[in-house]
Amino acid sequence: MKLLRLSLNLMRRDWQSGEWRVLLLALVLAVGSLSTVGLFADRVREGLVQQATSLLGADLRITSTRPFSPSYRETARAKGVRVVQSREFPSMVSHREQVLLADILAVEAGYPLRGKIVADDGLGGAESKRLLPSPLKGRGGDHEDQSLSPLPGTVWVDDRLMRRLGLHPGDELGVGARRLRVAARIVRDIDQSVGFASFAPRVLMNELDLAATGLLQEGSRMSYRLMFAGDAGAVVALRAALEPVMTGNEKLEDVTDARPEIRTALERAEHFLGLAALTTAILAGVAILLAARRYVARHLDGCAVMRCLGAQQGQVLRLFLYQFLLAGGLSVLAGLLSGYVTQAMLVSLIMPDSTLPQPSIWPMVKAAVSGFALLAGFAYLPLLQLRRVSPLRVLRRELGAPEASVWLIYGLAGLVISGLFLWQAGSLKLGLFVLAGLLVGLPVFGALAWLLLKLLARHASFFTSHWRHALNNMVRHGRSVAVQVVALSLGGMALLVLTLVRGDLLDSWQGKLPADAPNRFVVNIQPDQRVAVLDFFKHQSVPAPELLPMIKGRLVAINGRPVSGEHYPEPRARALVEREFNLSYADKMPVWNELVQGKWWGGKQDSGFRNQDSANSGQLSVEEGIARTLGIHLGDTLSYDVAGSRFSARITSLRKVHWDSMRVNFFVIGTPHLLQDFPASYLASFYLPPDKLRSGDELALNFPNLLLIDTGAVIAQVRAIIGQITQAVSAVFLYTLLCGVVVLYAALLATRDERMQEAAILRTLGAEGAYLRRLYLAEFAVLGAISGLFSAASASLLGWVLARHVLEIPYRSNGLVWLLGVAGGLALVMLAGWLNTRRLAEISPMRILRGE
Amino acid sequence: MTAIVQAVSLSKQVLSGELPLTILHEVSFTVLAGESLAILGASGSGKSTLLGLLAGLDEPSSGTVRLRGEDLFVLNEDGRARLRGALSGFVFQSFQLLPALSALENVMLPLELQGVADARARATESLSQVGLSSRAHHLPKHLSGGEQQRVALARAFVVRPKILFADEPTGNLDAATGAQIVDLMFELNRSQGTTLILVTHDESLAGRCARQLRLFAGRVV
Repeated sequence: MKLLRLSLNLMRRDWQSGEWRVLLLALVLAVGSLSTVGLFADRVREGLVQQATSLLGADLRITSTRPFSPSYRETARAKGVRVVQSREFPSMVSHREQVLLADILAVEAGYPLRGKIVADDGLGGAESKRLLPSPLKGRGGDHEDQSLSPLPGTVWVDDRLMRRLGLHPGDELGVGARRLRVAARIVRDIDQSVGFASFAPRVLMNELDLAATGLLQEGSRMSYRLMFAGDAGAVVALRAALEPVMTGNEKLEDVTDARPEIRTALERAEHFLGLAALTTAILAGVAILLAARRYVARHLDGCAVMRCLGAQQGQVLRLFLYQFLLAGGLSVLAGLLSGYVTQAMLVSLIMPDSTLPQPSIWPMVKAAVSGFALLAGFAYLPLLQLRRVSPLRVLRRELGAPEASVWLIYGLAGLVISGLFLWQAGSLKLGLFVLAGLLVGLPVFGALAWLLLKLLARHASFFTSHWRHALNNMVRHGRSVAVQVVALSLGGMALLVLTLVRGDLLDSWQGKLPADAPNRFVVNIQPDQRVAVLDFFKHQSVPAPELLPMIKGRLVAINGRPVSGEHYPEPRARALVEREFNLSYADKMPVWNELVQGKWWGGKQDSGFRNQDSANSGQLSVEEGIARTLGIHLGDTLSYDVAGSRFSARITSLRKVHWDSMRVNFFVIGTPHLLQDFPASYLASFYLPPDKLRSGDELALNFPNLLLIDTGAVIAQVRAIIGQITQAVSAVFLYTLLCGVVVLYAALLATRDERMQEAAILRTLGAEGAYLRRLYLAEFAVLGAISGLFSAASASLLGWVLARHVLEIPYRSNGLVWLLGVAGGLALVMLAGWLNTRRLAEISPMRILRGE
Repeated sequence: MTAIVQAVSLSKQVLSGELPLTILHEVSFTVLAGESLAILGASGSGKSTLLGLLAGLDEPSSGTVRLRGEDLFVLNEDGRARLRGALSGFVFQSFQLLPALSALENVMLPLELQGVADARARATESLSQVGLSSRAHHLPKHLSGGEQQRVALARAFVVRPKILFADEPTGNLDAATGAQIVDLMFELNRSQGTTLILVTHDESLAGRCARQLRLFAGRVV
């Protein structure tokens, strides 16, 4: 208790010293930026999950071509989970003399369980709202914000149907034997917002009218859906209860089957944001290390006295640990608060209309733990030095600080940082990259700085006296100058990445999804339709897409061992094995795929000769994610059953698929030799400009068997995520920027005491104030130029890592980084240095020597 | 009287470049409880090194020191610290006050490290013994050199040490202030019956001690 009081007393008296300011500020900024990113990403991720459930219309959905066992509903009700059923089938609908094939969805009351169907009165004007039936009219106020489904006797229809049949609200639509009144126009349907709109226009009707239509006899083409929603725990329990009793043709879906394009974009965004926050953490670590070093240096004498007065090593350590823990706790709290406020502001600024869920507590816990890890990693070992101070220092002041192993200090710091990378960025590769970068890069920078100074000092005779003096001074303090260079380089790197590299990277990322990225998929083109479809594109002046073959096959064996869903406890793996794979074949690997293991067929062999044979044999290339899910590896042999005939082939390559490319992607691609003789249909992706939307309708009319999928909504969402993240990155980098400034301050503070002593001695020996000022400016100029040079080098390196491994875009180096690095480093360090030392040339030397 | 400090064949060698340099050579002597001993010698004669070894602040190359019969160098660093805290007080040439703590807090420091309950009262009393009650809450940088050394004396005596180690206690003070400090130190020494081991190059100061030990180039002469 006494020790704690003494410790707090010491801290209170020390509060004015610069180290505490640096330490607190650095930690607040690090925790602030980590929690901002964590909370923000958490909310966006949760928001997406919510959105995904609204795309599904439920938390869980079973689809089948046959009616469900009534026990499913009973099980769900027993678990307190809500259930509705919908039935979907194609049927002709009529208005006056015209008939049209429509996609009819008959729903029970309560549909959809999650999300909403946006519908309006079809006239687009608020005046005509009264045409709507009362339940639709009354809710929410805004006529585009309704979420009920049609009442008995009415239908809601989509715009295409209204256009093609010349329908108006209030008109009657013939559905089978019944005539139903058109009550609303569907603006956005549940399934359409996922991007999958079938070719036929949609008619939404009440299930109670279904029997009267007489269409139930056409049950063979009926698709049944049972939808569930409830508490997360109950839904999980329901899933577990249903899975064992489901029949083979029943398919279960939940939000984990959400669009991979959006997931990928979000993952990249999280990585990028995470890296920005971790850059702040590194800078904070550097500032903490510098502050801790100065703190230790200032307290060596005091510790020696205490040791002399009988303090044991553990007591000395505890005395200082208490202070660091208290300061750490306070700054972590302040950091969390600032992080919470920043993310709240961020959300309200860049997504003003969003109703994102509140974040969970975990990002805060994670940021707090990271904050303490930074403190432990960067301040603990320097503090240990205090414990080991020799009491003899009271007699012989020349005894320096006990040498803590430099490797141990930097090793622990590096370990903490890479641990944080691993934990926060969730990538082992990135963590190791950073660890290697820090462990190799920083000592190399330090050593290079020292060598450069030596070289300059050797030729110092070329310079005027204050420059000569400055260079010699810096060489004499080689080690602390090297530390300063390393710290300033890191700070400068953050600033450069913030100002230049970030813009370039984000532009390239946005450029990855160009304005004419494919927004339509067309599926089910038969071999004999290929020419006609391509001709159609030509006539419509829409650039013809590449038609890719697709063969449906079921995976039956891996390495000769038969496989079935039962072998895979994981639902996703089981679903993959139980349903048919879409296989394709190609000579060349799609350019938007990336080879990660093995070799593409027909490529150059080691001997340098093109090996045509390899393309003529049976080989498979598999997407790496699915390979991992199914536990298959390069060199394994897969056997497929395609329409009753079997084939086997070896996996010779694994590919990474960029899902956010919005192109057609296949999990498994084979050599043409292997697959071209199997029955195939073709599919393609293409860009349909807004002024050519009718061409889509025409395509559907001319080729009724084709399925046209609208991915525009997904693209818009990916674009929106990228746009929002770009703004979020700027906010997070503001923390990095501030932390860079703290590092600059800490680096200058680190040598301030020494400088003061020197200044006093020089002034006593007759140096004028002007000479001292010139001397310091010269030192800061050299320091700034070298640090600026290193900043530019490390900013380019970081830019390359971000481009290549996070955003997966090509890296373009920017010459301006080097120019701005050196010039900016020079100016900034000289300015900060001047501000820091301008009084040294004025204070009376006696005051400094007396330690006042 | 019993022997309180025994130096037994104390030697200290350090490496100067690649060559071993002998700072102390086979120094042996005994100090009795309550005795005062001055260690005299020119700069570099090894007197501060000897003081460091006697107080257990440093380790010898060979030989040992016994405090109240207990071998110092059988103990580890923490054991020696404990023994120092229990037996000794220190006064240094450069005062060695903690700049962040007030005069009173500096005096309280050794008591607080030992977990003594009435640290504040004892420290206040000790400060008044050296005539500094009115300056109790001043920081060292606001005290004169003489005042700082008096705070150091209060800190040394507040633990009622059996042995006081003093290293050139007047070295940083002018003659008049130095004389006052020395008077005060001998007075406290006498009133508490403390054993005094004093390092100095000042013959007159050494003359006030009961015994003198002269060092020349690391040997007792």
